[in-house]
Amino acid sequence: MSFLAGTNMTGGYGAADILHDCTIAVDKGEIAVIVGPNGAGKSTAMKAVFGMLKLRQGSVTLDGRDITNLTPQDRVQSGMGFVPQTNNVFVNMSVEENLEMGAYIRDDDFSGTMDRVFDLFPILKEKRSQPAGQLSGGQRQQVAVGRALMTQPKVLMLDEPTAGVSPIVMDELFDNILEIAALGIAILMVEQNARQALNIADKGYVLVQGANRYTDTGEALMANPEVRKTFLGG
Amino acid sequence: MSGFFDKWRIPLLYTAMALLLLAVGFGQSWTVMLAILNLGLISAVMALGVNIQWGYAGLFNVGIMGFAALGGLGVVLTAMPPVPAAWSAGGINLGLAALVIVGTIALALFVRERLPGLRGPATLIIVFAGYVVMRFFLDPASEAIEAVNSASEGYLGGLGLPVLIGWPVGGLFAAGAAYIVGKIALGLRSDYLAIATLGISEIIIAVIKNEDWLSRGVKNVTGLPRPVPYERDLQAEQWIIDLAARFETDVQTSSAIVVRLEYALLFAAVLGILMWLSQRALHSPWGRMMRAIRDNRDAAEAMGKDVTRRHLQVFVMGSAVVGIGGAMLTTLDGQFTPSSYNPLRYTFLIWVMVIAGGSGNNWGSILGAFLIWYVWVMAEPLGSGLMNLLTAGMDADNGLRTHLLDGAAHMRPFLMGLILLLVLRFAPRGLIPERSGR
Amino acid sequence: MTDILNALVLLSNFVLIPALSYGSQLALGALGVTLIYAVLRFSNFAHGDMMALGTMATIMITWGLHAMGVSFGPLPTALLALPFGILIAMAVALVTDRAVYRFYRKQRSAPVVFVMASVGVMFMYNAITRIFIGTGDQRFADGERFVLKVNEFKELTGLDQGLAIRTSQLITVVVMVAVVAFVFWFLQKTRTGKAMRAYSDNEDLALLSGINPDRVVRITWILAAALATIAGVLYGLDKSFRPFVYFQLLLPIFASAIVGGIGQPLGAIAGGFIVAFSEVMVTYAWKGFITLIVPADMAPEGLVQLLGTDYKFAVSFIILVVVLLVRPTGIFKGRVI
Ligand SMILES: Nc1ncnc2c1ncn2[C@@H]1O[C@H](COP(=O)(O)OP(=O)(O)OP(=O)(O)O)[C@@H](O)[C@H]1O
Ligand SMILES: [Mg+2]
Repeated sequence: MSFLAGTNMTGGYGAADILHDCTIAVDKGEIAVIVGPNGAGKSTAMKAVFGMLKLRQGSVTLDGRDITNLTPQDRVQSGMGFVPQTNNVFVNMSVEENLEMGAYIRDDDFSGTMDRVFDLFPILKEKRSQPAGQLSGGQRQQVAVGRALMTQPKVLMLDEPTAGVSPIVMDELFDNILEIAALGIAILMVEQNARQALNIADKGYVLVQGANRYTDTGEALMANPEVRKTFLGG
Repeated sequence: MSGFFDKWRIPLLYTAMALLLLAVGFGQSWTVMLAILNLGLISAVMALGVNIQWGYAGLFNVGIMGFAALGGLGVVLTAMPPVPAAWSAGGINLGLAALVIVGTIALALFVRERLPGLRGPATLIIVFAGYVVMRFFLDPASEAIEAVNSASEGYLGGLGLPVLIGWPVGGLFAAGAAYIVGKIALGLRSDYLAIATLGISEIIIAVIKNEDWLSRGVKNVTGLPRPVPYERDLQAEQWIIDLAARFETDVQTSSAIVVRLEYALLFAAVLGILMWLSQRALHSPWGRMMRAIRDNRDAAEAMGKDVTRRHLQVFVMGSAVVGIGGAMLTTLDGQFTPSSYNPLRYTFLIWVMVIAGGSGNNWGSILGAFLIWYVWVMAEPLGSGLMNLLTAGMDADNGLRTHLLDGAAHMRPFLMGLILLLVLRFAPRGLIPERSGR
Repeated sequence: MTDILNALVLLSNFVLIPALSYGSQLALGALGVTLIYAVLRFSNFAHGDMMALGTMATIMITWGLHAMGVSFGPLPTALLALPFGILIAMAVALVTDRAVYRFYRKQRSAPVVFVMASVGVMFMYNAITRIFIGTGDQRFADGERFVLKVNEFKELTGLDQGLAIRTSQLITVVVMVAVVAFVFWFLQKTRTGKAMRAYSDNEDLALLSGINPDRVVRITWILAAALATIAGVLYGLDKSFRPFVYFQLLLPIFASAIVGGIGQPLGAIAGGFIVAFSEVMVTYAWKGFITLIVPADMAPEGLVQLLGTDYKFAVSFIILVVVLLVRPTGIFKGRVI
């Protein structure tokens, strides 16, 4: 049993199902990457794992505990962090306040965690009192990831953290993600840049129309000629 | 069973309503019943207008009071005899003031085109200057007009036309005001229309209360011409006397009943026509499009529909209908009393009618109008009766008792607020829900 | 030279000071509206009647205090009653939210439904206020009426024109500054205040951060009820209390909130003063002032009043219209959707 696992998830936003019997899992210190075409249901799968979507079938477990019926807030409490694909920062609040809000559920002193986030993303320290809405796309993503890290989650879920980010910043972000994983945190992320993502991934899921098409290690998927042809552009 | 009820819902509910009214007729008096009926008919017209805005398009108009007042003003300006002395006293200055307004607008538009860079400040200066010049003519005009026989006239009077012409005129006045408000506030978020209509209606009321030269202000315009004969003329007619004999009443009662019946027929005719037009509109491609816009604005916009323009259309149409209702009300009252326009009666009651009846459904709005008006009228004696009962043990001049009895009058608005909130929450589709897909 | 001084004193007495205190009252009212808007995302039509209700409660308690022989020295007794009035208003607001708005929040209803519900609430508050206190005018200011009297000022300065500062005006401005400072400190510096801003900024992300939406909403109503009651009591002390007038205050309050940028606390304050100063200046008869500053033969004949006081609501409306036409987001870029 993996640390975090969504098993046989089926469900959608309304009457029609978007996810069909979809399974996704990740272990501590591991990076799992979900790739797939636009509209495949990647974001939906993430929401399902985070409890933002009502599942008709299937379950989600965290550290062996069934959390299928927990609200997203409760999942935050139990050690999950989520960075949504869009609107993932408080635009009218300063960088520092964004991080503080990330730590909202913590009653202890979180200045150490904030220092660690600033170590990870030094630029944020510089811009700490600037409203997040005035940052560049890459900086915003850093704020978003930093906010999620403030709860010291055991699992970090990232929905396209590198969307709209230049290649250099993207490499930096991937390095950061590797660093975070090295702390023993489980990372589940959706990526549009499938190649780079699979490169750093321990596990890869190729999702098509809400169902698992291929599941393997990142390396194996990169090596799979069919996956290469259809999803990695040759 | 529920299928049966659904199918026969409208006739059943209307029959029940008719029985309620008949009960008043048999139990209390026919004049009272007809009074309730007449105001019910007028409320129904206004509710129809509001339903056009809210039910068809989801537009929230908090200024019904103002549009109803404009309708009333329309009747005054159409039907009252002109006051020639007032015209000769202030007519020229008034005309000049009107010219200045037109000139100011023309100049502002012209300058805005010529000086694109300075639009804001230029418009501001021109409008300000225009206003000052306008006041320069208007002030003496209004003073002169108000001085003319101020005890009974002191205003310009109307055109002396038949009073029924005042009804469409009232509708036009309301439509004009709605056009201006809609032009400004539509297309922004929905609350802004509500706020803007609240504003315009307060201003309309302020104008008709204060511009005595136009509406006699709080001195009221009384003795409006009637579309139906006067009771005292009828009382001399043989057939009225016969009628009284036949039903074993006096001529006063029978003439009053005949007059009210005639009003009822007139109002019912107007309501019928408006209802027929609204139903046709609702079931036309235009109506379908309106509902499509209401239900999914984004999709409609993506399909290239000019949503704001459509909204302006319905807003103007609905307000015109409210204006006609206001005109009818003033005609029924036989007088125009600016100080009687209060939001509780005109804005809020109509809203409760529409919501309770079934927003989006014209039949529902009309039923709601009758029912809520009925409840409103009946709640008055009930409220004070209840308070009397509660305080029966106290002295007649006990402070608490008089206080509570005074307070009883406010139980009605409380009840209406409660009905609105309850319906909105537990039966948001109302008594006669809008049928989907038709 | 003394003429100029006299003119300035005249202006202060009839425009500056009244507008300052009226502006403070509007600002507090608009701050409440804007907070509700920022967090719950609708224009609360019941705010004016919430002001009336809170003020009514305060007045009743003031009467009770009088009956017990309590007074507050030179200050109005109503200030002693105010905290209790605020508590009552808070309770009413919380009950209302629980009974009315919460349902629509869970349903994620359209804003216009909230607005409609708030109109229903408005009429219920309205009725409650009237059942308790009636529709008439209530004057409940006691204590010292003036801080500075006209003849004192004249003696002090030797000028012809007098200047009076009423206690209520001074109290209004002082209370406004204190309350605004508190609200801003609360929003900027406290954890709860920041959570409120976060919720207003991005509801979904606030949920993902573990912020409890019900708590944020409760705090917002508590603040709004307190602000409404304070604004209402200050207005009533300054002028008088009549339920219908409070309903009519809704328009200038909305205008203030929108001019400043709805959802922006700072904007609400600025908007309150803009509306108040415009209203007072436009409805002020400038004759006396102009007579003092121009040569005697150029003195105006008329009142030189742009609009009669009966039309003061037109000023709010015109400001509203101009803002909607020119810059719908308001001065401080409020929310448009
Ligand atoms: N809130 C929503 N309500 C209804 N349907 C939705 C919603 N969000 C997404 N969908 C639908 O669910 C399907 C999957 O969307 P999803 O966002 O999960 O795709 P995705 O794989 O993340 O795509 P992308 O790569 O573009 O982010 C799409 O058909 C989309 O239209
Ligand atoms: Mg996605």
